[in-house]
Amino acid sequence: MKVIKLISKNVFRHKLRSILTIFGIAVAVMAFGLLRTVVTAWNAGVDASSSSRLISRHAVSFIFPLPFSYRDQIQKVPGVTGVSFANWFGGKYKEDKPENFFARFAVDAETFMELYPEYLIPSDQLDRFKKEPNSCIIGKKIADQHNLKIGDIMTFTGDIYPGTWDFTIAGIYTGKDKYIDETQLFFPWSYLDERVKSIPGYGSGLVGWYIMQIDNPKSASEVSQVIDGMYLNSTAKTKTETEKAFQQSFVSLSGAILVSLQLISYVIIGIILLVLGNTMIMSARERIREYAVLKTLGFTGTTIAILIIGESLTISIAGGVLGLLLTFPLANGFGNAFPTIFPVFQVLPSTIFMMVGFSLLVGLAASIFPSWKSSRISIVEGLRQIG
Amino acid sequence: MSTLVQVNQVSKIYYRGTIEIPVLQNLSLDVPEGEFMALMGPSGSGKTTLLNLISGIDRPTSGSIVIAGTDIAKLNETQLAKWRSQNIGFIFQFYNLIPVLTAYENVELPLELTNLSKKEKKQRVEGVLNIVGLSDRMDHYPKQLSGGQQQRVAIARAVVTDPTLIIGDEPTGDLDRKSAEEILNLMDRLNREFKKTIVMVTHDPHAAEKAHVTRHLEKGELMVNGDGK
Ligand SMILES: Nc1ncnc2c1ncn2[C@@H]1O[C@H](COP(=O)(O)OP(=O)(O)OP(=O)(O)O)[C@@H](O)[C@H]1O
Ligand SMILES: [Mg+2]
Repeated sequence: MKVIKLISKNVFRHKLRSILTIFGIAVAVMAFGLLRTVVTAWNAGVDASSSSRLISRHAVSFIFPLPFSYRDQIQKVPGVTGVSFANWFGGKYKEDKPENFFARFAVDAETFMELYPEYLIPSDQLDRFKKEPNSCIIGKKIADQHNLKIGDIMTFTGDIYPGTWDFTIAGIYTGKDKYIDETQLFFPWSYLDERVKSIPGYGSGLVGWYIMQIDNPKSASEVSQVIDGMYLNSTAKTKTETEKAFQQSFVSLSGAILVSLQLISYVIIGIILLVLGNTMIMSARERIREYAVLKTLGFTGTTIAILIIGESLTISIAGGVLGLLLTFPLANGFGNAFPTIFPVFQVLPSTIFMMVGFSLLVGLAASIFPSWKSSRISIVEGLRQIG
Repeated sequence: MSTLVQVNQVSKIYYRGTIEIPVLQNLSLDVPEGEFMALMGPSGSGKTTLLNLISGIDRPTSGSIVIAGTDIAKLNETQLAKWRSQNIGFIFQFYNLIPVLTAYENVELPLELTNLSKKEKKQRVEGVLNIVGLSDRMDHYPKQLSGGQQQRVAIARAVVTDPTLIIGDEPTGDLDRKSAEEILNLMDRLNREFKKTIVMVTHDPHAAEKAHVTRHLEKGELMVNGDGK
C-alpha cells in the first residue's frame, strides 16, 4: 500500500532531523531503563525476601543485641519450624574503598543455610563450613571480583569487633536465580562468640537478630505477636515482622531518593514527548500544502492522520528499540562496576515492557495534535500556503 | 453538446472575523461537455475561487453547482472527496507533486483510491506518462525534473483516473514560453484527442488563444463578451 511507502519516505525526508530525534528518544529510553533498573535493583532485596521467614530484632533498634537464650524459647512457639540467628560483623577488607565493601555476617552455621534454600552450596562445602570454626562461605560475585577460591584466607580488620580476623573459604554459594544477592560473606557465629569473650567490655551470648521459618505465611502476624508477647516484660523486648517488612524498613531509609529517581524517569518520558512532538509538529506544518493536495485528489483526513501517526510511531519505535538495545550492555557495565552497591542489577521484564510501552505511547501522543490539526485543514487554506 | 457544468446564481463570501469579503456575486456559468474554456481577469477577481467551487474543494455561500447531474454543494465531506477522486483532475500553477515520490508514484497516487488491479494501474500510469512524453523519466523525483517536466507529471496525475473535468489554475503561470507551449499543446491534445472538458485560468493571452472560448471575470462577475460563442 502506498500509504506505508509514503510514511517510510516521509520519515527520511529530513534525514538528519529524524536521526537526531531517533537518537534523542533512544538516549532518553535508555536513561529511563537504567533509572528503573536502579530502582528495581534497590528493591531486589525486598522482592527476593521470603514471606515465610520472620525476623525478630531488639524492639528499640537493630543495633542492640538479643540474648542467645531466646533461641530455645522461640523454637517452642507453635508454627515455628526452624530458628537461626545472625550478627552484623562489618569490618574492613583490603583497602577502605567502596568497591571492597560487601555484607558480612556471623551466622549460626548449623541452621542458617537450611533457612535460606535460595543460596545454593554443595553439601561437602557446607559440611566443612559447619566443622571449621574460622571458615566462611562467600557469594560467587565476591569470589569472582576478588579472584578467590576455596581454601583461600580472607583477612578483615574489625571495627564493631576489634582485632584482625582471618577466615578460610570453605564454600562459595550461588543464587538459585539471578535476582539473588551473591555478594555476602557468612562465618560461624560460634567463632565470633568465642573471640569476643577475650575482648574486654564485650559480652558473649549475644545475637543480632533471630530468623524463624514458619509453616504458614498466613500466620505470620499471630506468630510474631506470640514471640513479642513473650518478651514484653523483659529488658530486651523484641520486634518481630516478616523478612519482607524487615527489608523494607531498610529500603525506606532511602525512599526519598527512590521516589525522586522514579520521578526523574517519568520526567524523561515527558522530555521525549516534547522532542518528538516538536519534530512532528514541524513536519506537519511544512507539509500542509501536500496534505491539501492529497485531499484535492480525494484522500480523506483519516489518511492524512494515519500518515502522521504512522511516521511518529515509526520514529518512536525506532528510538525505543535502539534505546533498549543500548540499555543491556550499559546495565551490565553498571552492575559490574558497582557489584556490591547493587548486588542484583538486572533489567527486569517489567522494565523492558515499560520502555516499549512508553515508546509506543509517546509516538501516539506526539502525533495527536499534528494529525488532528492536519486532517482538519481546509484544502483552500492549505493550497494558499507558500511552500 | 450537452452541458457538463452548470453554475447557478453562485455567491461566495469570505469572512475575516466579522468582516464580509464578497468575492463572487450571483454568478452563473455553463460549460458544455468537450469544451476548452479559458478564464481570464485581473488578480483578485475571483478566478481561483470559482475554480475551487467547480472542483468541489470549496463550497459556495449560496447557489448551486451541478456537474454531470450531481449537485455537489449537497454532498458531505466524505462524499465530496470521493466525488473529486472520480470526476476532477486538478492541475496547479506550482505543480504540487509529492517530493518524496517518483514521477511514477506521483501519477499512481490517485489510483490508490480506485479498485483497479495492480496490472491495470501499471498500464494506466505508463500510458499517461507516455502521453505526456515522460516514459524515460518515470523513476525521477520531482526535484530531478524541470518545471515543464514536473507540470507534465502533474497533468499525467490529473488525467490518470480518466476524470470528467480537468481544472487548471494558471498551469503555465510558472513556466517559460517553450515549456508553456508544450503544456498548452498537451492540454489541446487532451481536449481534441481524448475529449476532455477543460476549464483553465490564465493571465496569458497566448494561452487563452489555445482555448475555444475565453470568459472574463471582473470583480466577481462574468463579463458578457461572447468570445467564440
Ligand atoms: N480564504 C480567503 N479568505 C479571505 N479572502 C479570500 C480568501 N480566498 C480568497 N480571498 C479573496 O478573494 C478574492 C479573490 O481571490 P482569488 O484567489 O479567487 O483571486 P484570483 O482571481 O484567483 O487572483 P489571482 O489572479 O491573483 O490568482 C481576493 O480579494 C482574495 O483576497
Ligand atoms: Mg488565482
